[in-house]
Amino acid sequence: MAEFFNALVQHGFLQQALVAGLLASIGCGLIGPFVVVKRITFLAGGIAHSVLAGMGAALFYGYDPLSGALAAAVVAALLIGWVRLRWRTGEDTAIGALWAIGMAVGILFVSQTPGYATDLMSFLFGNILLVPTRELGFMAMLDLVLLVTVALFYRHFVAIAFDDEFARLRGVPVDFFYLLLLVLVAVTVVLMIQVVGLILVIALLTLPAAVAGQWTRTLAGMMIGATLIGALLTSGGLALSYAPDLPTGPTIILLAGALYLVSAMTASVRAKRRARRALRATTTP
Amino acid sequence: MKPSSAAIETQQVGFAYGDVPVLEDVSVRVEAGEFLGLVGPNAGGKSTLLKLILGLLSPQQGQIQVLGRTPKQARRHLGYVPQYPAFPREFPIQVLDVVLMGRLGLAATPWHRVGGWRRADREIARRTLADVEAGDLAAAPIGALSGGQLQRVLLARALVGEPEILILDEPTANIDQRLEGEIFELLSQLNDHLTIVVVSHDIGFISSYVSRVACLNRTLICHRTEAIDGDVINDLYGERVRLINHAHGGNQGHAEHG
Repeated sequence: MAEFFNALVQHGFLQQALVAGLLASIGCGLIGPFVVVKRITFLAGGIAHSVLAGMGAALFYGYDPLSGALAAAVVAALLIGWVRLRWRTGEDTAIGALWAIGMAVGILFVSQTPGYATDLMSFLFGNILLVPTRELGFMAMLDLVLLVTVALFYRHFVAIAFDDEFARLRGVPVDFFYLLLLVLVAVTVVLMIQVVGLILVIALLTLPAAVAGQWTRTLAGMMIGATLIGALLTSGGLALSYAPDLPTGPTIILLAGALYLVSAMTASVRAKRRARRALRATTTP
Repeated sequence: MKPSSAAIETQQVGFAYGDVPVLEDVSVRVEAGEFLGLVGPNAGGKSTLLKLILGLLSPQQGQIQVLGRTPKQARRHLGYVPQYPAFPREFPIQVLDVVLMGRLGLAATPWHRVGGWRRADREIARRTLADVEAGDLAAAPIGALSGGQLQRVLLARALVGEPEILILDEPTANIDQRLEGEIFELLSQLNDHLTIVVVSHDIGFISSYVSRVACLNRTLICHRTEAIDGDVINDLYGERVRLINHAHGGNQGHAEHG
């Protein structure tokens, strides 16, 4: 660990990696809780994986892969949202199909682009150590988009996540905000791709929020908790993986998984203890 | 159809889910200030009629006017208490924030539509919670409420939007009889300034509170103010039912399947 801190002071690329992780954790905090409470993890997974189509196409045609990822993520979000709103039955099959088709299209494009096999690995599993400075700016811009949109329409997002039928009766354009929420999920996916890669994104999107949800009673608390936990996980994963030279993305995800397990077990033990205490309180007058 | 002066007016409304007809030729007129009890057997179309009035479904036949407008236009002037809460009980939210959702769509200016709740909204929500005798629950997580408490909170959520018509779908299905009486006492008071439509399967009980009863089993069977006797109940449920004295005093019958 000391080796990591020494290196952090000396090497600009490590500092940039740390900043990239922190920028990604803002996405964990702002959007992760909505994905968890609205139970759209599978939809988010579909959006994340179909992003490969856009990245592959951007590479093949010589554009910046992250711009391609952003375009593909937004298209995938709108397509999946449309499937969800139109075809309530068979929704999961359709989303599974989009998930796989997106990846297949991406891999075909990448295979036809000469000399890009290593890029494929970093798309899939992330490469936080190779985040260029201009991409930090891009990530900060995406964070700003998320922050402004959530701040403006927080009440509406909570309303459609909580009880969309009632929100509709209050005149909230439920379908519009549902699609907007999915677009924000798409933006968050792109934000996280550089850090953990598109296959592992879903864990970083949901686990910090799920852990925070086990310890707080409000959505706002969940957002703050998830941001802090996300920051802890990306920085911790970076530090742990540095000395043994492990890939950082998978290290972050394993750390997240371990934290989730420990938190779930502690929360259930605590709930049982509380229930026992409550029963004792009623039986002894 | 000319704009109607009634609070709610349906004309020959028909609705089917797929090829299963649920409502046929339903014409009902609810005057402003009425307290209408809508009764009928399970699957008799009561909830469907409410959803049509709320504009969540569109009639395949006939027309519906609410406050002289289409249901969708009138929606914001309606307060709705659903039969089953449509949200997961473990959702991380406090009671006051649930009640505040009833004020969505009331923004005075576009600026009020964005950002957080204003202080005035919070105050109205607190006051409404106190009105339904749930003022002490404001900070409680929604998952910690009992059935009766949840019902009061849902009622507050419907009232906080300052509706002209209150629509309740089996508001007391999941709570005990004492609380049921309290909720209906509360509705009687609200009826002083609100039109109320309440769905129930408990014909005898609600008839001591409502001003009129409409019986629905795919179509309207009775539509009257006078006392409901055994014959009407037999028509409605299509089977023998027995009338027993109800615990709430009065001489009203309590219908049970016998």
